[in-house]
Amino acid sequence: MIRAVMVINTLGKPRLAKFYEFQPVEKQQELIRSVYGVLSSRAETVSNFLDAESIFGPDTRLVYKHFATLYFVFVFDSSENELAMLDLIQVFVETLDKCFKNVCELDVVLNYSKMHTVLDEIIFGGQVLETSSTEVLKAVEEISKLETASNAISLVPKSVSSWRSR
Amino acid sequence: MSFAAFHVVELLSSTRFSHKKIAYHAASHSFDESTPVLVLITNQLRKDLSSTNELEVSLALECLSRIATVDLARDLTPEIFTLLSSSKVFVRKKAIGVLLRVFDKYPDAVRVCFKRLVENLESSDSQVVSVAVGVFCELALREPRSYLPLAPEFYKILVDSKNNWVLIKVLKIFAKLAPLEPRLANKVVEPICEHIRRTGAKSLLFECIRTVVSSLSDYEHAVKLAVVKIREMLVDDDPNLKYLGLQALSIVAPNHLWAVLENKEVVIKSLSDVDPNIKLESLRLVMAMVSESNVAEICRVLVNYALKSDPEFCNLILGSILSTCCRNVYEIIIDFDWYVSLLGEMSRMPHCQKGEEIEKQLIDIGMRVKDVRPELVRVSRNLLIDPALLGNPFLHRILSAAAWLSGEYVEFSLNPFELMEALLQPRTNLLPPLLKSIYIQSAFKVLIFSLNSYLLQRGSPASFSYSDKLLPDVPGLVSKRDIPECSDLASCDAPVLGKQDEGFNPRVLNQSFGDLSVEYGGEETSTCGQSSASASLKDSFTHESIINLLNRVELSVVPLTGSYDVEIVERARNVLCFIELIKPQMPDCLVQKEEGSDREEAEASKIIKLMHDAFSNDLVPISVNAQERVSVPDGLVLEENLEDLETICGDVQLPSLNSFSLGSSHFEETACVSIPIFQSREERGPSNESTSLLAEHRKQHGLYYLPSEKKDGDYPAANDLQLQANHNDDDDEDLAKITEQLLVPKKKPNHAKPRPVVVKLDGDQAPIAAGPHPKEDLLSGTVRDVLLGSETAPTTRSPTNRKGKEKLNVDSATDSKENLGDGEKRDQGNSSSRKSKHRNSTVSHSKGRRHRSPGKKGGEREEHGQKAMQKSSGRHKARQRAEVPLNVVSQTPVIPDFLL
Repeated sequence: MIRAVMVINTLGKPRLAKFYEFQPVEKQQELIRSVYGVLSSRAETVSNFLDAESIFGPDTRLVYKHFATLYFVFVFDSSENELAMLDLIQVFVETLDKCFKNVCELDVVLNYSKMHTVLDEIIFGGQVLETSSTEVLKAVEEISKLETASNAISLVPKSVSSWRSR
Repeated sequence: MSFAAFHVVELLSSTRFSHKKIAYHAASHSFDESTPVLVLITNQLRKDLSSTNELEVSLALECLSRIATVDLARDLTPEIFTLLSSSKVFVRKKAIGVLLRVFDKYPDAVRVCFKRLVENLESSDSQVVSVAVGVFCELALREPRSYLPLAPEFYKILVDSKNNWVLIKVLKIFAKLAPLEPRLANKVVEPICEHIRRTGAKSLLFECIRTVVSSLSDYEHAVKLAVVKIREMLVDDDPNLKYLGLQALSIVAPNHLWAVLENKEVVIKSLSDVDPNIKLESLRLVMAMVSESNVAEICRVLVNYALKSDPEFCNLILGSILSTCCRNVYEIIIDFDWYVSLLGEMSRMPHCQKGEEIEKQLIDIGMRVKDVRPELVRVSRNLLIDPALLGNPFLHRILSAAAWLSGEYVEFSLNPFELMEALLQPRTNLLPPLLKSIYIQSAFKVLIFSLNSYLLQRGSPASFSYSDKLLPDVPGLVSKRDIPECSDLASCDAPVLGKQDEGFNPRVLNQSFGDLSVEYGGEETSTCGQSSASASLKDSFTHESIINLLNRVELSVVPLTGSYDVEIVERARNVLCFIELIKPQMPDCLVQKEEGSDREEAEASKIIKLMHDAFSNDLVPISVNAQERVSVPDGLVLEENLEDLETICGDVQLPSLNSFSLGSSHFEETACVSIPIFQSREERGPSNESTSLLAEHRKQHGLYYLPSEKKDGDYPAANDLQLQANHNDDDDEDLAKITEQLLVPKKKPNHAKPRPVVVKLDGDQAPIAAGPHPKEDLLSGTVRDVLLGSETAPTTRSPTNRKGKEKLNVDSATDSKENLGDGEKRDQGNSSSRKSKHRNSTVSHSKGRRHRSPGKKGGEREEHGQKAMQKSSGRHKARQRAEVPLNVVSQTPVIPDFLL
């Protein structure tokens, strides 16, 4: 299964991190830091693999891709194919690109929730759910439609407003 | 964000989708098993799971796939079961995905959901199949055997599917199943080869290759095809493919080394790749290729690469050379001269940081392999003589090894004077104190050797005759003067001392002393023989040069007595005292030799002889178990409590300090100290600080003392090898005998020493294998149960009709097998006999099982119930369900019969 998905910018700031096995926040930060430490020292032309076992423990692999200012990192174990994971990163980025029309780091920062929606449609509980970006896009659009529809009615839900007025 | 956990729960119940989404998002990111409010969301999840809005359902499933606990999984299993047959693909695939987590947390869910999961494998929707296969892939990786009965379904997917993702997952499953069932491997190898030939997708191609080389490596044609494809990957421009190709090669390597050798050039060329991953992988492959015949060639290439590469990789290369070559006590090394010079070359590399390892191997080889010692000394000399090397702290360990070697095997040295210069050069002050003291000790050994050679050169007749002359005259003087000193300085050589123990027992003094001197004579001649190669160097031992040497040593060692380090001071003093003893007599005796001042000369030479003898015994490695093999002598009572020693030692402390302060004067006065000779020999290293009281005590309670303190006088880093001097004289010491048994043969040591590495490896692996078992057992047991149950019987069975069911099970298995056998004409011929045999064994097995089970039933059930209790923390429901299956686990032999 896929253990984690991270998007880190070239300065080491995590833009998205999703761990499919629960990790406390401190541990997440530490992992991201150490991944970035290795990533940043790698040249542009070299392979997209990283020795993950020293960071994530035995039976882990890591692939990454570098787009503009962002590193997309997938951590997984022996039940996934390395090249397929690289393809999956491609699918993920393509989908984001279609979602945001020429995706850039700022889109990722400002549309945190949508990023997660997209990712959740592709990877579900550590397993690859969907590999076609059009299918993903369809689902994501449906979700955002429903979201905006429900938002239009009232900005603050009852439960929250009642809690605020307490 | 545990402070906000409750608000998340509140928000979950919001009717607005956008808020619900935020809440679920927050929950899946921040909740874990220890979150206390988790119990509150069960109902909300249930509500959402049965919602009509598929997006809400999907939110709940997503959340569940990340945070499901035992309780949640148990309570929500019915809802998930319903969703498994949902008409909406969007929901169904997520429901399938969530099963992995649910099974993991609550194995009994398998009983409910497994059948539908299997049905989904045959779904017409490719997305659903993809997810279902993914789930099975995960499950099969954990415990493959349970999923053998599903092989037909997977096989169908393997042949029919066009989806690369699905194929990859199916291949992963077969990679696990094939080694378990040869018939299955036979069946899948063709389709996989077909995929290799046809596919354009690199990911699928690589997965096929990996499956072939890891699980189907017995099928020669498949492996050949895979290797062809691997080669294509290796020459690809894409570094990813190259890396994976190398990885695949390293999987092939253990079984099919030819595949690696075929691609030798590419592999070696990859060593200079820019990508560290590729370099590392190719280094591993190169090391896999190493054999007796090519080790020299490969190491040459690697060292050249190491010179060119960055420090980190350079050290990786050196490390792997070192570890490969020393494997199994230097199994693959034939030409040790070459290897030793390689070690020397490696130490000179600018980036070398493997000092410790090289040091260890130098010493180890020096002790194990006799023939290589001259070369070792030559290499050591080259290292020692270079002042620049002393500036590199990584090399200090190597230098200390070199110093020790050149001291220990100085007889092979071509020029001891040069060696002495190297050992005493001013830059040695850069060394840490411990290593510095090794230098001093080595210089001492070189000095003794030079003096001894000088004496020998001046005429062996004199040295042979001296003891005969002396013996009648002054036995007392000789023994008093020499022996304490000898035991003091030569503490590393226990057997020598042991020999002297006997020799200088006053009662048999005269007789045994005679023996001893004969022995000395014998050893001298052997020394002569050894160093005959360097006979010409003897000419250089002129009187003048010896005096110069003494002065030189004195000059450089004197300042060291002011050092702050005890070891250095101790050793420097040893050297100085020796020089002081020798020096006054040297000029006279040497000059007046012809005039017949025989006695003084003899005395000087005798001291030298003794010292030389002390250093000239071989050190050999000894088994770590040697001590255990020494049997306890009869009548020896080993006390467990040594408290009574305390009182005596307390008394001892004070006087010992006094005598320590005597310093060098103590040395000269040893002759006058009234210690009986047979006691002084026991004092060895610490004789400076010993007193007659302690000696007395040792005499009485000798067995409380360690027989020798080897580390004191010698090279510290070799301690762990438990050095034991080996001497060829017949001796009654058990330990010595064992040493001899373990003595290393000359060329290729087939040492009896047990390899701790191997033992450790076994120990390491065992717990790993045992670790996950208890947990997996439960899940896989349940899966097996359901799989077999679903083919034959309903899931709920009462123990009373179990017998009948089991029988039915066996029968139906037989039937299906026979049907299959008819269907598959080509298989029938060769495997029908095997099948029927197998069937028989199956039947008999379950019969035996049946006989046994009534008696054991109760106990077994209880046991299983306990397990389930542990798992689901004693919940009643779980226990009741867990009691049901049990017997099916025993039917595992039936499983293969469902195959294809």
